[in-house]
Amino acid sequence: MNWITNYVRPRINSIFSRREVPENLWHKCDECGTMLFHRELSDNQNVCTNCDHHMHITPRDRFTALFDGGVFNEVAVPEPIADPLKFKDQKKYPDRMKAAQKKTDEKEAMLVAAGEIGRTPIVAAAQDFSFMGGSMGMYVGNAIIAAAEEAVKLGRPLVLFSAAGGARMQEGILSLMQMPRTTVAVQMLKEAGLPYIVVLTHPTTGGVTASYAMLGDVHISEPNALICFAGPRVIEQTIREKLPEGFQRAEYLLDHGMLDRVISRTEMRDELIKIIRMMMQLPPQIVGDLPAPEEGEEAANAPVDAAASEEAAQ
Amino acid sequence: MTQYLEFEKPLAEIEGKAEELRALARANEEMDVADEAAALDAKAEQLLKDLYSDLTPWRKCQVARHPERPHCRDYIDALFTEYTPLAGDRNFADDLAVMGGLARFNDQPVMVIGHEKGSDTKSRIAHNFGMARPEGYRKAVRLMEMAGRFGLPVVTIVDTTGAYPGKGAEERGQSEAIARSTEMSLKIGVPVISVIIGEGGSGGAVAFASANRVAMLEHAVYSVISPEGCASILWKDAEKMREAAEALRLTAQNLQELAVIDRIIPEPMGGAHRDAKTTMASVGVAIQEMLDELKDKDGADLIKDRRQKFLDIGSKGLAA
Ligand SMILES: [Zn+2]
Repeated sequence: MNWITNYVRPRINSIFSRREVPENLWHKCDECGTMLFHRELSDNQNVCTNCDHHMHITPRDRFTALFDGGVFNEVAVPEPIADPLKFKDQKKYPDRMKAAQKKTDEKEAMLVAAGEIGRTPIVAAAQDFSFMGGSMGMYVGNAIIAAAEEAVKLGRPLVLFSAAGGARMQEGILSLMQMPRTTVAVQMLKEAGLPYIVVLTHPTTGGVTASYAMLGDVHISEPNALICFAGPRVIEQTIREKLPEGFQRAEYLLDHGMLDRVISRTEMRDELIKIIRMMMQLPPQIVGDLPAPEEGEEAANAPVDAAASEEAAQ
Repeated sequence: MTQYLEFEKPLAEIEGKAEELRALARANEEMDVADEAAALDAKAEQLLKDLYSDLTPWRKCQVARHPERPHCRDYIDALFTEYTPLAGDRNFADDLAVMGGLARFNDQPVMVIGHEKGSDTKSRIAHNFGMARPEGYRKAVRLMEMAGRFGLPVVTIVDTTGAYPGKGAEERGQSEAIARSTEMSLKIGVPVISVIIGEGGSGGAVAFASANRVAMLEHAVYSVISPEGCASILWKDAEKMREAAEALRLTAQNLQELAVIDRIIPEPMGGAHRDAKTTMASVGVAIQEMLDELKDKDGADLIKDRRQKFLDIGSKGLAA
């Protein structure tokens, strides 16, 4: 690693990896109705510049905004058996999968990556709500296990961005088994003494909330995210009464002691860097323009392990 | 008198007729109905065999939910001695949907924990129909942690439609409570054994079934979602529960093929409720066998094996 590859090359990368111009240049905010120019919206990580409404963001776009210079290395996820139950409802499960893959241009509902944020090496995993509602099946379970194993191997914290309607029904009991499987993954991190930070995004519900999303050392949520075990509709049907305003939203959970922080997406990166650097006993992040490192300084600020920097420069 | 399930109606007719005949005979000593009644009995027995030899998944759900099926309390009474309930989560309340405490199983001290649905209107309400609130899971966490420290095997009896979907339950962290219960099950260095005796309903069941050994009664079901729930989401029609039950592969037989459960405990002909005593005795034998399988392992091995077992789940799909 040297100063040039770490700081200059990623920036060049990010310029060239800009996404193609979408067909729709304007996007209407579902909350306030403001028409937002696509570039303005994506520069603000899909947060409405008018009302602060947090729209969905793909794991890839999130990681591009999160990691230094938009550079990250994908961590390979072991492929599970396809359609283990031969599940068929009105559509066949493999057909639903193909449609989701085509829609998202992703293989599955979770992306795992290693990289640096504010020169702090981390492993991150993000769930993709646009891929079959982010649902937790074998692949998502494998992804979380792979993320935990990578974090343990590299001695890094794991930051997990959750977003899911719950377990993937098309994988039946095997989706339910991801609750204990991902819990084992969290235990690997805890036993290795590594921070596990969960960022709960809209929506995080069902078996996802009742396993890895509620076992973090620190729980942060994006504003107004729906976070629950049973959804509001199911509860209203059960108790036959109207639920209070803001019920099961991030701020409500904060009031009820289930979250540590509610933080806007645009401030999340700095928040994570700050928290992780304290938990990892690292000096505070250097803010602003970095001076060219003097002899020896590089080593002091270098990530815990060499593998991290090599990856960041790749 | 037996409560008949919908698909058992033809059986109810035959058994009803036999009963009527015998009642007539009791009232009129000169009547000899023995042959006729015996013929009806034989017919009923054959029909029962026919019905139960190949229960569809949806019928199994109905059997698993049968109100007269033995429940957690019955198993504790029948199989354990010196049961000493331990109450409360030390935080908010005691949740009666979850029973738990110290007990002896064939003289061996253990911690027994299970969902209790209740057996009549009053007790069903008291036990919230076996749907636990966070306090129930937190009580279980407390008892499991204690069992781990004192070297007591944990035996869980799983029988729940699911965790309770209520306002207070959500406010007090239903998700977190379930997650912590699963976590504790996977963390303690003592044998953890689960028996799914009726319904293994989603996360509310997993919280107690992340065990070294998981057994299921022959007609019990274990699923990520109820067939009705699945049907209303995927078919947009709750009446498609038969199709959903089929698709979800929630029977003990399918789950054993998927290596999600370790053994199936046979039920008497016609289901556990037709002969609770025999059913419970079989469960007792299975629990002892599972404890014996684990008795030479130390705490670290028990934890390691349990975790590996779950990590390995999914490497086996169903045959086409
Ligand atoms: Zn807006």
